[in-house]
Amino acid sequence: MSILIDENTTFIVQGITGREAVNLTRECLDYGKGAKVVGGVTPGRLGRDVHGVPVFDTVAQAVEHHGAPIVGSVITVPPAFTKDAVFEALENGIKLVVIVTERIPRGDVAQMVELARERDARIIGPNCLGIIVPDVIKMGGIGGPARDAGKSYSPGPVGVISRSGGMTTEMSSTLTAAGLGQSTAVSIGGDAIIGSSYAELMPLFEADAQTEAIVIYTEPGGRMEAELARWVTENRSRLPIVAFMAGRFMDEMPGMSFGHAGTIVEGKEDTATEKIARLAEAGITVAEEISQIPEIVRAKIGRSPIGQARAEAEQSDQDAGLEAPRS
Amino acid sequence: MRFFEYESRAVVAKAGIPVTKHGFARSPEEARTVAEQIAGPVVIKSQVLTGGRMKAGGVQFADNPDEAARHAEHVLDLEINGHMPRGVLVDSRASVKHEYYAGVVWDGLRKQPVMLFSDMGGIDIEEVAEQHPDHVARAHFSTTRPFSDWQAKQLVASLGITGSALNRLTPIIARLAQLFLRYDMTLAEINPLGELEDGSFVALDAHMDMENEARPRQKALLHELGVGDEETRQAREATPFELAGEEVDAQDHRGVAGNVTEFDGNLGLVIGAGGGSLTLFDAVRAHGGQPANYCEIGGNPSVRKACGLAKLVLQKPGVDKIAVMMSIVSNTRVDIVARGVIKACVELGYDPAEKIAIFRIPGAWEDEGFKILEKYGVEYADRSVSLHGAAKRAVEKIQGGAS
Repeated sequence: MSILIDENTTFIVQGITGREAVNLTRECLDYGKGAKVVGGVTPGRLGRDVHGVPVFDTVAQAVEHHGAPIVGSVITVPPAFTKDAVFEALENGIKLVVIVTERIPRGDVAQMVELARERDARIIGPNCLGIIVPDVIKMGGIGGPARDAGKSYSPGPVGVISRSGGMTTEMSSTLTAAGLGQSTAVSIGGDAIIGSSYAELMPLFEADAQTEAIVIYTEPGGRMEAELARWVTENRSRLPIVAFMAGRFMDEMPGMSFGHAGTIVEGKEDTATEKIARLAEAGITVAEEISQIPEIVRAKIGRSPIGQARAEAEQSDQDAGLEAPRS
Repeated sequence: MRFFEYESRAVVAKAGIPVTKHGFARSPEEARTVAEQIAGPVVIKSQVLTGGRMKAGGVQFADNPDEAARHAEHVLDLEINGHMPRGVLVDSRASVKHEYYAGVVWDGLRKQPVMLFSDMGGIDIEEVAEQHPDHVARAHFSTTRPFSDWQAKQLVASLGITGSALNRLTPIIARLAQLFLRYDMTLAEINPLGELEDGSFVALDAHMDMENEARPRQKALLHELGVGDEETRQAREATPFELAGEEVDAQDHRGVAGNVTEFDGNLGLVIGAGGGSLTLFDAVRAHGGQPANYCEIGGNPSVRKACGLAKLVLQKPGVDKIAVMMSIVSNTRVDIVARGVIKACVELGYDPAEKIAIFRIPGAWEDEGFKILEKYGVEYADRSVSLHGAAKRAVEKIQGGAS
């Protein structure tokens, strides 16, 4: 199984005639079992097609043409038009919106999230590469062209959640090379406010029988890691989590932002050091290097059946000398 | 981006929130003129984008225009935490009965703005929140519905404030919440918000931060405040090296090759993308290396841009070698980056095999890229070498070369 999407998921691409969107559409059609991209939207371009996908002026036209509700939309329009495009998707019944666009002010993102909540829909991103279920479907540019995505992603027991699109692929590729496939990998976006945080995706992975462990990529900035630590503790999660924290050097440079907009440190809880401590307290192992991740995951899930994984994993951590760092 | 206090005051006043009579001065003479217009005791406040002004002596009190000019002369020459002031704010000294705090920030978890209000103003709000939590009121508010006065009233009243104070505070807090959204602020703070002897309220100090991403659509306000496009307003002013990096990135609109930050090591970095750069910078330092810079490439930059960035880093004084490394790329073409960095070496008269310590970019068009690198004898790695492994190799080579 998987989370968020599967081989039957239908979606559209808003801004489909842009250069990046044309490539992304090709990649999604080619990958795995072939995504059901049922339409594209670019105002004024009704009647064209992109790799065989019909282009419409409005989302309503795409839905009408499809003749049934459409599940998702990938948003690739410029930042100044993103809010409008997302509103249009939500008001036309779209339930899963993946926002690729970056440099959207937080005020706009907050509005999109608010409307999504009212419409019982979910947003992934902004500033993300999308979702991939290895060998089945990808929604967004994640992993790149089908051939390249095939090198990095393989089916298996690990759920991947990452604030960096590129690092989603880097970590998955490392897991794949070690023989550990992924159930679903989600690039959640690098902005300060995003539609779905780690803790908001955890219940989905928790309910997914295929998923036995979670690997996350994190950065300084924001309180999403503290939220995850709290969620894991409060919900006694069955899933062991391994984290990788990048941007530790930023702790020496308060007030500066590197890599992604969301890395701006605005409070005491935001620093890499604080986050590592908080994750460790919740029993989440923080790897020093990406190449250590497969070994740690294996130690956590290797010999233990689902359900008992947690208790035994702690034991095997100690055996392997891989205790969570203290600071 | 941060605003100076005098700019923040202008934003607050523009939103209809009363402020004390004040003026901005760049010289002792201008300070004297403002003090004459105020015609009463004044405060001279250094205009720097850093905290701790009071402790550093950047806030002085004057009873007459002559004294104001003298203090201004001193404050204008006073460096605070490495920042020289842009000028001084000459502010009238109000007779304050009580100090309050009002602020708005984003709550990234709730994904909504949150208003904070306290009847203990004039000190750091985080300190108040820790020591006197019952003196801080909080309320989240919607970004899709217009902000209404009752939300401010309810917040203020929750601290037990009533009577004329409640009725005078309500519109001030409401206007602060509205300006926060209208101007894409990430922080809008009035501290202290002063209650004067006559019962009126004025903003005695204000602190505003605007989201960088919103600068394009807030051009009108920025223009009005006199903030130029070239002012980054980061925690640290951009160095000439960093500004040159921005020029490289602005050459064309294809991809990114910039976001340069200067450090003082000997290993030049041409790295990407966002998360990859953060990981690689840490990795170089973890293996004992000294980066000369931070930067980001990604989104498939042109050969020209990759070349421009590599040249900039190669020419930085103290740089012995560069390391070209990225996390696995999907839309950036490996061969284009390879061409760019080799071109940079050759055009500067260097041997690419000597200057490029390691090239580790796996992903799209890697075979084509590796072929080019092989031709020039540059050491390269595919995904079988981890990011940390590549960083380690680069550090080993530069340290081996130095000894």
